[in-house]
Amino acid sequence: MSTRAVQFKIYRYDPDRDEAPYMQDIEVDLEPQDVKLLDALVRLKAKDDSLSFRRSCREGVCGSDAMNVNGTNVLACLTDVDSLQQPIVLRPLPGLPVIRDLIVDMTQFFKQYHSIKPYLINDEPAPERERLQTPEEREELNGLYECILCACCSTACPSFWWNPDKFVGPSGLLNAYRFIADTRDRAAGERLDNLEDPYRLFRCHTIMSCVHVCPKSLNPTRAIGKIKDLMVRRAI
Amino acid sequence: MVDRIVVGAHYGLKDWIIQRATAIYMVLFSVVFVFCLLGLPEFNFSNWVELFSKASVRFFGFLFILALCYHAWIGVRDIWMDYVKPVGVRFALHLFTFLLLAGYVGWAVRILWRL
Repeated sequence: MSTRAVQFKIYRYDPDRDEAPYMQDIEVDLEPQDVKLLDALVRLKAKDDSLSFRRSCREGVCGSDAMNVNGTNVLACLTDVDSLQQPIVLRPLPGLPVIRDLIVDMTQFFKQYHSIKPYLINDEPAPERERLQTPEEREELNGLYECILCACCSTACPSFWWNPDKFVGPSGLLNAYRFIADTRDRAAGERLDNLEDPYRLFRCHTIMSCVHVCPKSLNPTRAIGKIKDLMVRRAI
Repeated sequence: MVDRIVVGAHYGLKDWIIQRATAIYMVLFSVVFVFCLLGLPEFNFSNWVELFSKASVRFFGFLFILALCYHAWIGVRDIWMDYVKPVGVRFALHLFTFLLLAGYVGWAVRILWRL
C-alpha cells in the first residue's frame, strides 16, 4: 500500500482562543504503516500541533482515545482508518463538557462510576489463602470485568445525556453488576438498595446504543437486565 | 439553599414491574376481546351493547382502562423526568397528567355502564 491522502473534518475548540467551536477541514498523507485512526491522528498532530486529543496505550486497553467518528463512538486505536467514509468527521464524545478539541471532561462519568463503589466489600476475616470461587461463579464475571471505562457507552446513551448527574449510565451499571455478581462480595443487598431509584437505574429505557458502540463488545443492557431481575426476585 | 443532587426515591422497581404487568394484561385482554368480537353473530350496535351488558366484559374492560392509564402515567411521567428540569414545572405537568388520566377513567366508567 502506498502513501494515500485522507480527508478529515475535525471539531476544534480552544476556549482560550475561540469564541465558539468550529469544524476544520484538513487533509493528511498517510504512510503504508498508518493503519489505525490513531496513527492518522498522530500524523495530523505532526502537521498541526495545536490539535488536542487523549491517547496512551494505542491498543484498546487504556480507553483514552474514545471519540465520536462519523457519528459513532469508537476507540481511535482500534478503528481501521481505511474502513471509514471520507471526509472522516471527528468530534469529542457527546454529552460531556469539552475541555479542548477532542478532549472531554470525564468528571461526571467517573463520579457515577465511583458512586457504585467499584471494589469488593467483604469484612469477613481473610482466609489463609485467597477467597475461592467455583468455575461457574467466576464465569459470571466474564463480559463484566473487561470494561476499560472509555465512556463510549455512557456518552452514546440518551438517558445519560439528559440526566448525567442522576443516571449511573451503562458503564457504571455494568460495573455495578460486576460486583453484585461477585460471590466474594458481601454487599449485594446494599448495592441493590443504592440503585433502586427511578433515576439511578430505571432511566435505562433499553435503547441499547451502549451495546452497539462498546469497543470491547460488552453488553451493559444485559447486565442492567440482570440487576433488575435480582431486584424483582428480592422484592417478590 | 445549597443545590445538592439527591437520589434514592426507591419507587423505581415498583413502577417498572407495574408497567410490564399492565402491558401484559393489555395484550391478553386485547387478544381475548378480538376473539369476543369475532364470535358475535353480526357486528352491529345491539350486539356490541349486549356484549358489554355482561358483568365480566365490563369488569375486565374497566381493568383494561385502569391498566392503560397506569401504564400511560408511568410512561408520560418518565418523559417529564427526562426532559423537564425545573421542579415546579415538572410537578405541574405531573399533576396535569394525573388529573387528565383520572378524568379519562371517570369518563370510561360513564361509557361502560351507560351502554
